[in-house]
Amino acid sequence: MSTPSDFTQTIGLTTQEVFVTQEPGSTKVMRLEDVTVTFRGRPAVRGVTFDAYEKEVTALIGPSGSGKTTLLRALNRMHDTERSARVTGRIMLGDTSVNDKSTDPTLLRSRVGMVFQRPNPFPTMSIYDNAVAGLRFNGVRKKSLLDEAAESSLVAAALWDSVRERLKVSASTLSGGEQQRLCIARALAVEPEVLLMDEPTSALDPIATKRIEELIGELKDRVTIIIVTHNMQQAMRVSDRCAFLLMAEDRSGELIEYAPTSKLFSEPDDPRTLDYVHGRFG
Amino acid sequence: MSDRVYRVLLGVVAGLFGAVLIAFVVAMANQGVPAFSKLGFSFLWSSNWDPTHNHFGILTFLVGTVETTAIAVVLAVPIGLGTALALAYLAPRRLRAPLSTAVELLAAVPSVVYGLWGLLVVAPFFRSTIEPGLSSVFGWTGLFGGANQGVGLLLAGVILFIMVLPTMVAISRDVLAAVPHDQVEGAMALGATRWQVLRRVVVPGGRVGVLGALTLATGRALGETVAVALVIGNSAHLATSLKSNAGTIPSLIVSTFGEASGTELNVLFAAALVLLVVGIGVNALARVFVRSVKRSGAESVAVA
Amino acid sequence: MTTLSFDSSLDPILSRRAEIQKIASASVKRRKVYSKIGIALCLLCLVVACVPLLAIIGYTVAKGLPAWNSAFFTQVTKPEGIPNGGLWNAIVGSLIIDAVAVAVTVPFGVLGGLFLAESDGPIASAVRYAADVLTGVPSITVGIFGYIIWVKTVGSYSGYAGAFAIGIIMVPVIMRAAETALRGVPTNLYEAGLALGARKATVARRVTLPVALPGLITGVLLAVARGAGETAPLIFTIFGNQFMQTNPSKPMEALPLAIYSYSSQPYNDLVQIAWGGALLLMMVILILNVGARLVSARLRRERR
Repeated sequence: MSTPSDFTQTIGLTTQEVFVTQEPGSTKVMRLEDVTVTFRGRPAVRGVTFDAYEKEVTALIGPSGSGKTTLLRALNRMHDTERSARVTGRIMLGDTSVNDKSTDPTLLRSRVGMVFQRPNPFPTMSIYDNAVAGLRFNGVRKKSLLDEAAESSLVAAALWDSVRERLKVSASTLSGGEQQRLCIARALAVEPEVLLMDEPTSALDPIATKRIEELIGELKDRVTIIIVTHNMQQAMRVSDRCAFLLMAEDRSGELIEYAPTSKLFSEPDDPRTLDYVHGRFG
Repeated sequence: MSDRVYRVLLGVVAGLFGAVLIAFVVAMANQGVPAFSKLGFSFLWSSNWDPTHNHFGILTFLVGTVETTAIAVVLAVPIGLGTALALAYLAPRRLRAPLSTAVELLAAVPSVVYGLWGLLVVAPFFRSTIEPGLSSVFGWTGLFGGANQGVGLLLAGVILFIMVLPTMVAISRDVLAAVPHDQVEGAMALGATRWQVLRRVVVPGGRVGVLGALTLATGRALGETVAVALVIGNSAHLATSLKSNAGTIPSLIVSTFGEASGTELNVLFAAALVLLVVGIGVNALARVFVRSVKRSGAESVAVA
Repeated sequence: MTTLSFDSSLDPILSRRAEIQKIASASVKRRKVYSKIGIALCLLCLVVACVPLLAIIGYTVAKGLPAWNSAFFTQVTKPEGIPNGGLWNAIVGSLIIDAVAVAVTVPFGVLGGLFLAESDGPIASAVRYAADVLTGVPSITVGIFGYIIWVKTVGSYSGYAGAFAIGIIMVPVIMRAAETALRGVPTNLYEAGLALGARKATVARRVTLPVALPGLITGVLLAVARGAGETAPLIFTIFGNQFMQTNPSKPMEALPLAIYSYSSQPYNDLVQIAWGGALLLMMVILILNVGARLVSARLRRERR
């Protein structure tokens, strides 16, 4: 990828006016190779290999128990607190090996953000404080940077207009859908490279769900999104690529098929995928 | 027995209980009010306690009560909170239950044993080591004047601290552990260190309950009698330093009730009434805060 | 293939990302150090919280055990200076007073608990609130109440007055524990009993009480532990007695009171006796507490 300075010499524009980006679908932001997560020696999900591309939404789909959430949480080292958990295989975020012991999990999580199934804004903090919580945790104190990031992320989460007059109000005054969008803003404010979403709409009503799905479409230019969803229609609506996982006989999840969404849902390679997308089991 | 008799029996029991309670308040008020009618309110802010010359000022003891309670609470809040955090989140999982039990058992030790131990074991230690040490390091604050006696305000405060610590720890621990795991995970996923999670999410999340624990601890410290009476040195003069002898309302009542009569006795009853009202008030306030804490009935009653 | 597109809206985001990453990686080491320090401090608090229990038990055992000779358990207290005294009169006194208190408060408390468990109206709420408040009232005021109601009206100190005061402390504990235990009985059991045509009292006696028994036992044990260890209520009601007195209508001695009286005496053998008494009292109460916990834990395991 050319650096801005090379390019500006050729074009004659300043770096403020122009920046080089790549077409979606060509840079692999996150690469997984033979990833296995075990608890007390028993695998919950094993041998998963796929890549997440920049400016794309990658969905992890499959029936419950197939290890989708377990796999997702390995990507930002959330299993670290569980003593019996082991994550093997290669998970690469750019040049960094995610599950390597030498990689600091707190720094990693500033690059890989997460939005959870049930909205979890901090109830003792205001909307503003929630939005900048991640920045403050990471040591950012400069007011101008905090304000800038708060506004940018709240705009991106389609929340800015409704909360700009009441930023100091407690976050618990928001509705469920708004709270989830606040959580998305909170994750975005840290400007992560990847945003992990664990069934972000399953606790919300259909209207709130629709708004967040629209949001995901708008956000993928800014962060690479990996989303776990048990809702096939949602996967079809929001994702560019899908990874289909299924529980094997030994009760561990395995990756059956990984393909662009359109292909996975119309002409999948694996018969099990076909069965799943036709609703033959859930 | 028939249903009707049964209901009446239960109702009578409840009624009797209510009657006893009302009798409690009425009797205390009845005995305590005469002092106010005889002396007005002046004895509450006079520090001259000299019954033989008809001076009944109990300010010294009111102040002493506040001072000992303050020392106890000032120590119990940070140490209790730290212990609660350790028990709820930081200690090795297998040790959490036994260590919690150990701290809670401190509440089971009878207060007279605390007094005995405080007087005969801790006081000499204070006199020989703690007080000289504190005086040399903190003497410039002016709080450590006077002789090293061991007994006195500081010792009473420290013994009270140990006595209210289990209350502080047990309730805080439950409250802090009850902060939804969702929020803990949310903070972690943003890149917070363990300490940041505790400080910015867990402790604020439990602050109402912790406040309740603090209030309950204050209530217990205010009313403690025998342990304080044994280690406070029993003086009728306002304490000039942490090492001075002092007195609290309970210690005053306990040491002078036996021989008191007339106006002195009235004043003691009045002091007891004040203690009752404050004790009930603080307790009621604490329950407002702690109402949201879920514990099994028997346990919570034991800690209270 | 690389195609170039101009997307100026991303520029501020990417530069912000770079700035945030710079700040984050620069501060991560400091934040982790703070985290380690904070966690260490909390664990230190935990250690501090556990030390007093060990110290109190340790010293009480060390100083009390030597006092446990045959004289201790068979002799009454002798005046200062005369050797071979014991606390037999205090031990017997405590047993009698506590037995009387238990005999009255257990049925009263259980019936009160039944009342609270079966009704939800405003009267029940008031009684419940009153019971909760009563658990937090300073025990010295309970003693004074006992003095007013019993000693003053009857004309003399007595064991019954002491039992009354201790009973007031015990009743709310038993009532609330009983209510919790009774509410824990699955409603279908209660309703099945009624459906079979049994009267409410019978259902209570044969169905709910037996099922609630472990919880009731826990509550009673905790109440006894609490009541038996209290000193202040006894100071104002039983007065103390150097001699053996088994008639509860006369002034008696009790263990906590004896310990309190002899703690501050300048005579070594009396102090020795005080330690022996403290050890006995502390052990009994700790055993009651641990017993209550064991019953409670077994109850919880069976419920699962």
